[in-house]
Amino acid sequence: MQRRVTFDNRLLPYLLLAPQVAVTLVFFIWPAAQAVWQSVHLQDAFGIRSEFVWFENFEHVLTDPNYLDTLKVTVVFSVAVTVLSMGTALLLAVLADSKIKGARAYKTLLIWPYALAPAVAAVLWMFIFNPDIGSFGLALKSLGYDWDYRLNGGQALWMVIMAASWKQVAYNFIFFLAGLQAIPRSVMEAAAIDGAGPVRRFWTITFPLLSPTTFFLLVVDMVYAFFETFGTIHALTQGGPGKATETLIFRVYHDGVVNNDLGGSSAQSVILMVIVIALTAVQFRFIERKVHYA
Amino acid sequence: MLTRRKLALLTGAATTTALLLAALPGSALAQGKTVIDFWHGLPQPLGGQLEQVVKEFNDSQQAVQVNASYKGAYPETMQAAIAAFRAGNAPHVVQMFEVGTATMMAAGPAIKPVYQLMQETGAAFDANAYIPAVKGYYSSKDGKMMALPFNSSSTIMFYNKDAFQKAGLDPNKPPATWPEMIEATKKLKASGSTCPMTTSWPVWAQFEQLGAIHNTPFASQANGFGGLNAELKIDAPLYVKHVQTLIDMQKEGLFKYGGRDNKPDALFPSGECAMIHGSSGLRSRILKEATFAWGAAPLPYWPDFAKDGPKNSIIGGAAFWVMTSPKRTPAEYKAVSQFFSYLAKPEVDSKWHMDTGYVPVTMKGFELTKAQGYYEKNPGADVPAAQLTRTPTTENSMGLRLGNLPEIRNIIQEELEKAFQGQQDAKQALDSAVKRGNAVLRNFERANKG
Repeated sequence: MQRRVTFDNRLLPYLLLAPQVAVTLVFFIWPAAQAVWQSVHLQDAFGIRSEFVWFENFEHVLTDPNYLDTLKVTVVFSVAVTVLSMGTALLLAVLADSKIKGARAYKTLLIWPYALAPAVAAVLWMFIFNPDIGSFGLALKSLGYDWDYRLNGGQALWMVIMAASWKQVAYNFIFFLAGLQAIPRSVMEAAAIDGAGPVRRFWTITFPLLSPTTFFLLVVDMVYAFFETFGTIHALTQGGPGKATETLIFRVYHDGVVNNDLGGSSAQSVILMVIVIALTAVQFRFIERKVHYA
Repeated sequence: MLTRRKLALLTGAATTTALLLAALPGSALAQGKTVIDFWHGLPQPLGGQLEQVVKEFNDSQQAVQVNASYKGAYPETMQAAIAAFRAGNAPHVVQMFEVGTATMMAAGPAIKPVYQLMQETGAAFDANAYIPAVKGYYSSKDGKMMALPFNSSSTIMFYNKDAFQKAGLDPNKPPATWPEMIEATKKLKASGSTCPMTTSWPVWAQFEQLGAIHNTPFASQANGFGGLNAELKIDAPLYVKHVQTLIDMQKEGLFKYGGRDNKPDALFPSGECAMIHGSSGLRSRILKEATFAWGAAPLPYWPDFAKDGPKNSIIGGAAFWVMTSPKRTPAEYKAVSQFFSYLAKPEVDSKWHMDTGYVPVTMKGFELTKAQGYYEKNPGADVPAAQLTRTPTTENSMGLRLGNLPEIRNIIQEELEKAFQGQQDAKQALDSAVKRGNAVLRNFERANKG
């Protein structure tokens, strides 16, 4: 007797899959195909004249020395945001997981920033750091420190990294805390009885058991740093001064929407797509080996 | 069974469609009015004042109803209009900032030139009523008006009379030339000012206006009026000297770079900077916020580069463009022309000028304002209009007709910022800006040729 579940209706599986397929086609495949189509065309702003130019747009982008600078900025920015937001979140989660008074209020406060829109968060940071009206900016200046992120590229980059990380800490915190709470107390207690100190307990038990969470957050944070920090940068520095805070995604927006260069902008988004696919593949191929799924 | 259900569905759909079709234009037809969509890019409080002008037009007659809506800042309004056109749904009229002029003109079938609109609809319209510097900016190579100028401004200098007094400078004699400017900033610094001078709109004020008043090209082909093959000329000695002066002044604490576009505006009314080069439209804000005595003056010039005195300055601000759409009817164009004729009236022009600080765009509007004694009561309010009309326009002071000028402005600002950070000198910054800017121009030329 066969006990396998089978569908009598040959159509049903397709029907059940159809919504997902439709959503993927409409919201992912179609725009991606449009981007690829645009990237090999040269078009005026109004779309009246269009010319097929092969890979010229890619050539322009890749031979532009400024594009390489932007790539460097993006790497520095993404790595800094990922490391900073994950490190801070892990530290805070470990602290919040220990038994302290008012832990619940403390946790709630830490989750709050995630509910803020990136642009709103950026405006808050601007009110803190603006050299003319910001409280922290004015304080720095009164201490004699030459604080002006409108002219100092290093300061500007540091500021957008802080603002972007601050927003992501809350998200990472939730996952780390959940991961920590899933670790059985008995294991930790046994280790403590065996004489392992807190640091050793963390690195030999807690951290390995957290590795699935850490890996998941690594991928999510990287995608966040690449794609979702646009609002923060736009509101704070607009990519300036010079091009000190211009990331790849910001440049895609700027060339496409502000400069009306649809071909160049599409070529950049295709490149960006390839970069992120490659990075994600690398993460799953190599870093995932170190992940221990309990 | 199935067929009956289908039939019911079809009937239902048909009824709904019919109802929708009847309801949509119904509201307008019931009143017998032609409805015109008008998109603008002015934030509050100026946007509200513009909507008030539209309301006054709507109240002035029975035939046309203009619906004004704010679509975000100028660049966003431009994007919205372009996207709407691509979707076959462009508004009748869109307000477009002056740097978008070349893009709009190159749009060909997407726009209907104002001279053509007025001819076709037989509306009374005199393009020569406009101030030459305003008319020139929005006219084609052969002098035909392409867009309706409305809110125009120019760059002037505002200065803090109290700070001048404190520094031992004559508060009624603002510096007229750059050497005098530098002297004044030194005295201001000596008297304790942390920011003797700043500039809003770095590219508009320190490049485009500089070229116009010194009769020096910003770009070849008469600043782009002559054709799409124009090339930037801002590596000329005038610009190098000027930018190097600003860099040196910044190092000595005589000049402060306050950011891109109009970001530095706040530095003057707050009292931090003693002098600012900015839009004449800044006036209303200073009136509201400044707690010190202040004055307005024309932009300073370099005597070595303007042997026979400075020429007229150019404008900024925005103009109204008529857009086309597959469904548009002659009646709608007629309605647009009525709206435009109303806006061109001297009373409307003059009132808008006095309410907002933009310059009067017609000679009659300027004279009407004068006749009302407005300038006696508000000394300095006539500086921008006087500066715009002080000489006949030359090839270099007519305005700019460069494709993707917003992008070129950003490139120049980026190179300036690198120079102010000490990464490069004026010559390097300008060479690099020319190189990058020309690439943008070539791209525009290619995408818009033929």
